[in-house]
Amino acid sequence: MEKSRPLWDNPLQFVFACISYAVGLGNVWRFPYLCQMYGGGGFLIPYFIMLIVEGMPLLYLELAVGQRMRRGSIGAWKTISPYLCGVGVASVVVSFFLSMYYNVINAWAFWYLFHSFQDPLPWASCPPNSNRTSYEAECARTSPTQYFWYRRTLNIAPSLEASGGLQWEQALCLTLAWLMVYLCILRGTESTGKVVYVTASLPYCVLIIYLVRGLTLHGAVNGLIYMFTPKLEQLANPKAWISAATQIFFSLGLGFGSLIAFASYNKPSNNCERHAVVVSLINSATSIFASIVTFSIYGFKATFNYESCINKVILLLTNAFDLEEGSLTADTLGAVRARLAAAHPHQYAELLPQLKNCSLEAELDTAVQGTGLAFIVYSEAIKNMEVPQLYSVLYFTMLLMLGIGSMLGNTAAILTPLTDSKFIATHLPKEVISGLVCFINCIIGLTFTMEAGNYWFDIFNDYAATLSLLLIVLVETIAVCYIYGIRRFEKDLQTMIGHKPSWYWKIMWAFASPLLIISLFIFYITDYILTGTLQYQAWDATQGQLVMKDYPGYALAVIGLLVATSTMCIPLGALVTFISRRLKRENISTVA
Amino acid sequence: MLRVLLLAFSVVAVAHAELCKPDAQNAFKVRLSIKAALGDNAYAWDANEEYLFKAMVAFAMRRYSSKSTTQISNVLLCNVTDRVSFWFVVTDSTKNVTTVPGSEVEAAIRMNRNRINSAFLLNDKTLQFLEISSTLSPPVESSTPVWLTVFGVVLCLTVAGIVFLIVSGIQRHKKKSKESSETENLEEKCEVTVTIENGIPCETLDSKAGHVNGVYAADDERFTSL
Repeated sequence: MEKSRPLWDNPLQFVFACISYAVGLGNVWRFPYLCQMYGGGGFLIPYFIMLIVEGMPLLYLELAVGQRMRRGSIGAWKTISPYLCGVGVASVVVSFFLSMYYNVINAWAFWYLFHSFQDPLPWASCPPNSNRTSYEAECARTSPTQYFWYRRTLNIAPSLEASGGLQWEQALCLTLAWLMVYLCILRGTESTGKVVYVTASLPYCVLIIYLVRGLTLHGAVNGLIYMFTPKLEQLANPKAWISAATQIFFSLGLGFGSLIAFASYNKPSNNCERHAVVVSLINSATSIFASIVTFSIYGFKATFNYESCINKVILLLTNAFDLEEGSLTADTLGAVRARLAAAHPHQYAELLPQLKNCSLEAELDTAVQGTGLAFIVYSEAIKNMEVPQLYSVLYFTMLLMLGIGSMLGNTAAILTPLTDSKFIATHLPKEVISGLVCFINCIIGLTFTMEAGNYWFDIFNDYAATLSLLLIVLVETIAVCYIYGIRRFEKDLQTMIGHKPSWYWKIMWAFASPLLIISLFIFYITDYILTGTLQYQAWDATQGQLVMKDYPGYALAVIGLLVATSTMCIPLGALVTFISRRLKRENISTVA
Repeated sequence: MLRVLLLAFSVVAVAHAELCKPDAQNAFKVRLSIKAALGDNAYAWDANEEYLFKAMVAFAMRRYSSKSTTQISNVLLCNVTDRVSFWFVVTDSTKNVTTVPGSEVEAAIRMNRNRINSAFLLNDKTLQFLEISSTLSPPVESSTPVWLTVFGVVLCLTVAGIVFLIVSGIQRHKKKSKESSETENLEEKCEVTVTIENGIPCETLDSKAGHVNGVYAADDERFTSL
């Protein structure tokens, strides 16, 4: 008789695990960017429509499959149809790629967290150069926060080809990040179930503190007004709808197998329909909540930069024309400039190139996403607050919690199929399997700590999961609706939950979601074909800014390999099953 | 007599005026931002402050080259503006109507920058000597970087947690395997365990020989003899 499956202690642990997994860094650093790009408050319309059309139904589908089959992704899809074992393998491969590069973000969060215990913060000002006559050249060309990120943290190479050496500091932080993840998954659901209480709730505490702090900052209102003024004309832009669909899709973490893994540890009578609705609503609400915080921080930073710009212009004019100190203020600036231009035209004309036109709109318009937002923009805002060390520690702890929560889901997606497989489970105990997975991922992840590591990180971030996931989820939906049969699935749900799913769910599963995914898929393929050569942003130390460069041949090969490895698993799995069945049938027929 | 004196005075004044003017040789421009530094406690820039400035520069020159005999009258200020910026130059009293080389003045000011700043309650940014770059303060570095200390603490806690969980897991596994081997032994015993019925072992009841029921023990005396 097989050993009984470990279970969550209570349904709350399961909900917290799903929230901890779904609410990740994307809610904090991608959604505010999309909101800003595609019409502010108006973006919420396509966002909610996509949530109802694809988010909730697909989440419910995955949770139901996991809970019904009570196995990880490989076992679950094999039970639905033996030809679909490739889908499970593809999920595991994608999760493996994701966990390889995702933990590097936690390593960076650790790095910034450890550096927050200093006064002043290391990214507050530029360091002096070797003979202490002025500031470091690279830092003087850009800002201290960007210098700290690109030089002190990443020590980034000028291009992908110049790979450079391993950064021992980053390697140490990465090792610590993997040890932390190992500690949390060591005992399976027993330890994960307790950890998710912390990783799910702590980010909300920090976000509330930041909300209160953010709203009381000078200039925060500017950011909020800017964000919430709906620019409804953006709704006509198809990119807005596609971005909303993509954001919902990737934010919920569908297709990785983590949700199936989590749900497989549920009691069969668990009400996964209610949980699916709750988790998806909380995920979206967190995105909106995080963007309120982000926009008040944006507003503060933009106002601060705008006022600094104005003060610089005032100082320049005061020094050049030897005016009395304090006679020139922001209000009188325009009038005084006109007067000076008339009185001393020659001198004014010489000075003109240095006098920047300061604009609050321009500062607010600088939309940033990804690591740039999290590590550069936020740290710039934090250094200007009072008691910056406290806010810095809180913020980077929050980033860590979000990152580790998502890592727990990723590793669960890899480990659950491995521990389910009888072959591996009989030979190795659970702790050793988890340890091996963490160790292998850590070793491969050391590539991302090299000088050109951040460029490889961008490759993985942009290409490892996007296309493959769309394909995986499409096959999943079609498999459940048409191969397994939606009537059979209905009956299973009735046995589990007690009532059949309503017509809304059935229509979404059978028609709306697959159609949406197919259109997303077509859009991505055409986008890749139309853009031609793929480019990346490289940091140019001599200019102090990012420049576009083309990917070298081997990088393009790696991208192709990433996409191919995961997508090819699906047809290969079906082929292998077909061949092995054929061989078995032949064997039986020859024996008989 | 008076006319000669007046003439001499005007000559000196003209000579001084020639020595101290914007962009003159060995002249430096100074810019003060008193309101920015002190806000409401800002003092007004008047002749007394100028006198103090001249005294500080003379002090710096004296300290730099200890043999120097710079007097306050050797320091010339000119072109004072509302910004509070002016040019100054240091004349050499030993040589007639010449200025001390700029490099010497620069070195002297550099050496005593702190003293000059604190005399005016200002700092390097608010009392600027244009062309004399200030030495930036070195970054505060402790022997071990702070981040390594915090990293070490977190690392030790994590490793301790992992070791604790692994060891307790191994102990639990051992206990479980010991328990399961004990229950196995117990099961073997149970198979040969005697089944009991009414307190009497069944085996004894099953014996072929049979038992004489003591109650019905034949008591010859009770039966009547025929």
